[in-house]
Amino acid sequence: MELNSKVPPGPLTAKWDQHKFDIKLVNPANKRKYDIIVVGSGLAGASAAATLSELGYRIKCFCFQDSPRRAHSIAAQGGINAAKNYQNDGDSVFRLFYDTLKGGDFRSRESNSYRLAQLSVNIIDQCVAQGVPFAREYGGTLANRSFGGAQVSRTFYARGQTGQQLLLGAYQALEKQIAKGLVTMYPRTEMLDLVMIDGRARGIVVRNLITGKIESHAADAVVLATGGYSNVFYLSTNARGSNATAIWRAYKRGAAFANPCFTQIHPTCIPVSGDYQSKLTLMSESLRNDGRVWVPKAKGDKRAPNDIPHAERDYYLERKYPAFGNLGPRDITSRAAKEVCDEGRGVGESGRGVYLDFADAIKRLGDSTITERYGNLFEMYERITDENPYKVPMRIYPAPHYTMGGLWVDYNLMTTIPGLYALGEANFSDHGANRLGASALMQGLADGYFVIPYTIGDYLARGGFNAVNTDMPEFKSTEREIAEKTSKLLAIDGKRTVDSIHRELGHIMWDYCGMSRNDAGLHKALDMIPKLREEFWTDVNVPGSAVELNQALEKAGRVSDFLELAQLMVRDAINRTESCGAHFREESQTPDGEALRDDEHFAYVAAWEYAGADAAPILNKEPLEFESIHLSTRNYK
Amino acid sequence: MTNPVMRFWRSTIGRKAVMAVTGIIGIGFLLAHITGNLLVFKGPDAINSYSHFLHGPGAELLWIARVVLILAVILHVAAAYSLTQQSHAARPVGYSMRKPQVSTFASRTMRWGGLLILIFIIFHILHFTTGTFHPGGDYVEGDVYINVVHAFHVWWVAAFYMFTMIVLGFHLYHGAWSSARTLSIIGDSPQPLHRRLAMIIAVVVWLGFTLVPLGVLLGWVG
Amino acid sequence: MMNLKLHVWRQPSAKDTGRLETYEARDVSPDMSFLEMLDVVNEDLIVTGKRPIAFDHDCREGICGSCGMMINGVAHGPQRGTATCQLHMRTFKDGDEIVIEPWRAQAFPIIKDLVVDRSAFDRIIQRGGYISVNTGGAPDGNDILVGKDRADHAMDAAACIGCGACVAACPNASSSLFTGAKITHLGKLPQGQPERDRRVVAMVEQMDEEGFGNCSWFGECQEACPKEISIDVIKQMNHDYVAAAARGSD
Repeated sequence: MELNSKVPPGPLTAKWDQHKFDIKLVNPANKRKYDIIVVGSGLAGASAAATLSELGYRIKCFCFQDSPRRAHSIAAQGGINAAKNYQNDGDSVFRLFYDTLKGGDFRSRESNSYRLAQLSVNIIDQCVAQGVPFAREYGGTLANRSFGGAQVSRTFYARGQTGQQLLLGAYQALEKQIAKGLVTMYPRTEMLDLVMIDGRARGIVVRNLITGKIESHAADAVVLATGGYSNVFYLSTNARGSNATAIWRAYKRGAAFANPCFTQIHPTCIPVSGDYQSKLTLMSESLRNDGRVWVPKAKGDKRAPNDIPHAERDYYLERKYPAFGNLGPRDITSRAAKEVCDEGRGVGESGRGVYLDFADAIKRLGDSTITERYGNLFEMYERITDENPYKVPMRIYPAPHYTMGGLWVDYNLMTTIPGLYALGEANFSDHGANRLGASALMQGLADGYFVIPYTIGDYLARGGFNAVNTDMPEFKSTEREIAEKTSKLLAIDGKRTVDSIHRELGHIMWDYCGMSRNDAGLHKALDMIPKLREEFWTDVNVPGSAVELNQALEKAGRVSDFLELAQLMVRDAINRTESCGAHFREESQTPDGEALRDDEHFAYVAAWEYAGADAAPILNKEPLEFESIHLSTRNYK
Repeated sequence: MTNPVMRFWRSTIGRKAVMAVTGIIGIGFLLAHITGNLLVFKGPDAINSYSHFLHGPGAELLWIARVVLILAVILHVAAAYSLTQQSHAARPVGYSMRKPQVSTFASRTMRWGGLLILIFIIFHILHFTTGTFHPGGDYVEGDVYINVVHAFHVWWVAAFYMFTMIVLGFHLYHGAWSSARTLSIIGDSPQPLHRRLAMIIAVVVWLGFTLVPLGVLLGWVG
Repeated sequence: MMNLKLHVWRQPSAKDTGRLETYEARDVSPDMSFLEMLDVVNEDLIVTGKRPIAFDHDCREGICGSCGMMINGVAHGPQRGTATCQLHMRTFKDGDEIVIEPWRAQAFPIIKDLVVDRSAFDRIIQRGGYISVNTGGAPDGNDILVGKDRADHAMDAAACIGCGACVAACPNASSSLFTGAKITHLGKLPQGQPERDRRVVAMVEQMDEEGFGNCSWFGECQEACPKEISIDVIKQMNHDYVAAAARGSD
C-alpha cells in the first residue's frame, strides 16, 4: 500500500493557502450533480454536511441517534482552543501548533497540526456568528480559560457545556439546510458497511434501526465522521452508543487504520463504583485550573480527606511538575495518578482514586465564583457520588476518553480508499500520541467547516465517475452479507449477554492495553481476545428479530467489531516498543518514570492494512518529518 | 397570505393572548363592580343613586361597556374551548400515573371553574339585571337595595353566590398571574411561579363579592 | 441492596397496544443509576429468554437528551434538575414500587416500549431555530460584543437538551418550554435580531402544526426540565410572537 500524504510543498505557514490555490474546484453549477454521504452528525459530521450543502452538493447525512443533535460531541465540557491571543499572553498560531505537536509527543503530521492551529481562529468567528453563547467578560468580549498542556489562556467556553453549544450551532446549521431540502437526514440509521465500485467508495449499506430494514445509498464520495473507539474498553467516557463499526468496516474494505494503540486516558473522571457500572463520567479538565490534586503521603491512610493535615498530603503533580503543576497534559497526569495508586496511596474504597481538592480555591475566590465556573460539574459530581465537592474533595481517576488513532488520511482527509474521507476523531491526523484538552472540538469543526469543503472538490473535479445505483451487484452482495451476519447473530441463542462479553473485553483491554503496557501483557491480550471472540460467536444471546427496533442486536453488531479492533490495537501496541504520549511501554522509560521516545525507530505513523480474516494485518509506515521544529523531549517540569 | 387576524387567532399563542386580554378586561370590570356593590353597606340611598347614575344621562356608555364585556366573555370562552379541545387532542392516551409537582389547584381547575363562572354569569344577569328569575321576593326595577336584600335572604342563592366567588377567586389567582405572563407585562423573575399580585386580586375579588350576601345573611344589611 | 417492583410499559411497536408489565429488580445498589438498574433487569430478561425493555439512552451524563421516562408519574423521576440517566437509585428505598411509562403526547408517537419519536422537535428547529449564516466570512468573534448578562441569559436558555420532559410533564402536552428556550437563546443575542420576527412566527406555527397543546402556565415543564430552564422563556416567546404579529411579520 502506498501512503501518499499529499502534504503540499513550501514553508509550513504557507502550505494550506498554497494548497487551496492548487487544488481543483468544482464549478458551482456542477456541484449539485454530486452526491455526498456524510456518516455521523457530531461536530465534524454536522459541520461538514451543512457546509458541503451550502456549497451546493447534494448531501445525505446519517446518524444512529434519534436526532443529529445527540451526537456525542455534545458531551464535551470544558472548551475549544483557538489561537486568538485575545488575552495578550503570548499566544499565536505557531504556539498552538507547537503545543499540539509537543502535547502529542511529536507523533502527529506537522502540516496537519499546523493547519488545525491556523483554522482555529476561524472556528470561533464562525461559531459566534451562529449564535453560540460563549462566555463573555463584562465588557462584552469573549472570555478564556486555561487548559492542560498550555501556558497561555486560549480556551473558549460556554459554561461546562461547550461541546453542547458548539454542536447545537452545527446542528442548527444542518437543520437550516435540511429545511431547504438540500440535506436529507437519516436519523436512527446505522451504517453497517461501505460499498466500493471500481476501487472507489461509492456508497454505504445501512440498517434502519426502527424497522430493521437494510438499505443501500449510493454517492460520489463518502465522509465518515463517526468518532472514536474508546468503547472498546467497555467503560469509557463515551456515550453508550459510540462505536467503531463504520471505520472498522472501512478498514476491512481497504482503508488503512493508523496508530490504533493511541488511546487517551483522561485523568479526571469519577472512579468506578461497581460491576453494574455502565459508563464513566468525565469531570472537565477545566477543573484543574482551580483544583489541586493530592493523595496522602502515607500508604493506606484511610482517614477522611479533611482530617489529613496539609503536611501529610502529597500534591504530587505540583511536586513533580512545578512548571505546569496541576495543568499538565492528560497522559502524564493520568499516569501520575496510576503511579500513586499503584504505590498504595490511592483513596476511596477501591484505592483507585486521587483527590481533586477545591478548598484552597474556595478560600481564595469564594463559593460563588467556584459555582459560576464549575457549578454544573459540582452538581453532576454530587448526583453521582452523593458527596458535596464544596465540602469534601472530589475523588477522581483516569478513564478511557478519546482515541488519537483512527483511519489514516492524507492532507485532504482522504483515506487510502479513493473517495472515502474521515473527519474528526475518526481519523488519526492531528493529535499524535496524545491530544491536548479542548482540541477535539477544534479538530472536529476545522475538518468539517473548513477543510473538507475545499479538499473534497479536488477529488470530485478530477472526475472519472461511472454512474452507479443501488441495484448494482456490489450493493446487493453487501446487503446479503449483512443480512447473513444478522441472522447468524440472532441464531446463536447462547447463554451470555452482549454486555457481559463486552465487559470482559473491556477488562482485557484496560488491564493489558490501558494506561501502561508491556510486552508480556500485550501478548497475553493477543491470546485472550480471539478466544473471547470465539465465545461471542458461539455463546452470545441476541434476543428478538431483525425486523424491529432491537437494541440488543445493535449492540451485538458493534461489539463484534470491537472484538476485532481490539486485536489490532494490541498488535499496534506490541509493535511500538517505544513510549510516546498516551502509549506508555513499561520497557521504555526514563529513570524517573517518564515516557522514553525512540525517534530513531518510531518516528512514523503505523498504518495497518487489512489482509483478510485469517491473515495478520500488514504494517505500512508513513515517516514523520519535522521541518519547522526540533524533536525534543517533552518536559513539563 | 391569509388574513393576519385569523392567523393570529389560529395560533395557540394568539388565542392565549386573546384570553389574557379579555381576562384582564374582566378583572377591571370585577373591581369596578365591587366598588359599586359595597355601597350597599352605606344604605339604600347610596347604592340606588349609584344605579341611577349608571342608567342616567350617558347610559350609552353603559351599553358600550356591556358590549365590550359580552364580547370579552364570548372571546374568552371561545378561545378557552378551542384550546381545551386542542390540549385534549395533544395527549390522547393519558398516563396511568401522574403526579403534578408544582401546578396549583387553581391552575388545574381553570376549565371547570370557568364553566361554573359562565353558568353563574348567565344566572346573575337573569337574577339582577333582567329580574327574570328572582326567588325570595318580587324584583323591583331600579331598587337595587331591595333586590339584593330579598335575593340573599334565600339561603341557597346566597350559598351559590358565595361558592362561586370562591371558585372565581381561584380562577383569578391563576388567571391574573398567567395573563400577565402571556402578555409579558411583567419582568423575568428568579421565582417565576410566585404570584403576589394575583393573590391580592383574588382575595379582594372574593372578599368584595362575598361580603354582600354574607352581610345580608348576617343581618348587617337590610 | 434493595429489591424493587417495577411496572413497565411494554409495547412491541407503534401499531400494537401496550400495557404495564411487572418485573422484580433484585439486589439493586443505591449507587446505581436508574438506567443501570434497567440494564441489570434487561440482562436478566435476556438470559431468561425474554425481550429486554427498549429505552433511549446514550451519553448517560445528562447532556445528550436521549433518555427520558415517566417515573412514578414524574418526568425524569423524583430528583429535580436531573435527567433519567443521572437519577440514582439512592432516591428509592427497599420495597418501592416504580411505575415506568414513556413520554405521552400525540406529537411523540411511541416506537417501542419506552422509546418515542421526538422528531417533531427537529422540525420545529427547521422552521427557524438557527441564524442564517453560511460557513465562511464571519467577522472576528470580538467584533460582536455581547454583554455578560445578556450572554448568560442566552446561555441559560440554550442549555436545553431537547429531551422532551417539558412536553411529557405538561398537562396540555405543550412544547412551549422547548420552543421558547430556542427563541430566547437566539433572541437575546445581537446575531439573532435580523430574523427574530420570522423565527418566532414560523417556529410557533410549526409547534402548533405538530399537535402540541397550548401553554396554560402550569409550571410543570420548568419543574421537570433537567436543565431547570425557566418558564420566562415562554413569556419571551409570547412577547416576541405578539410583537411580530403586530408588525405583520410572515
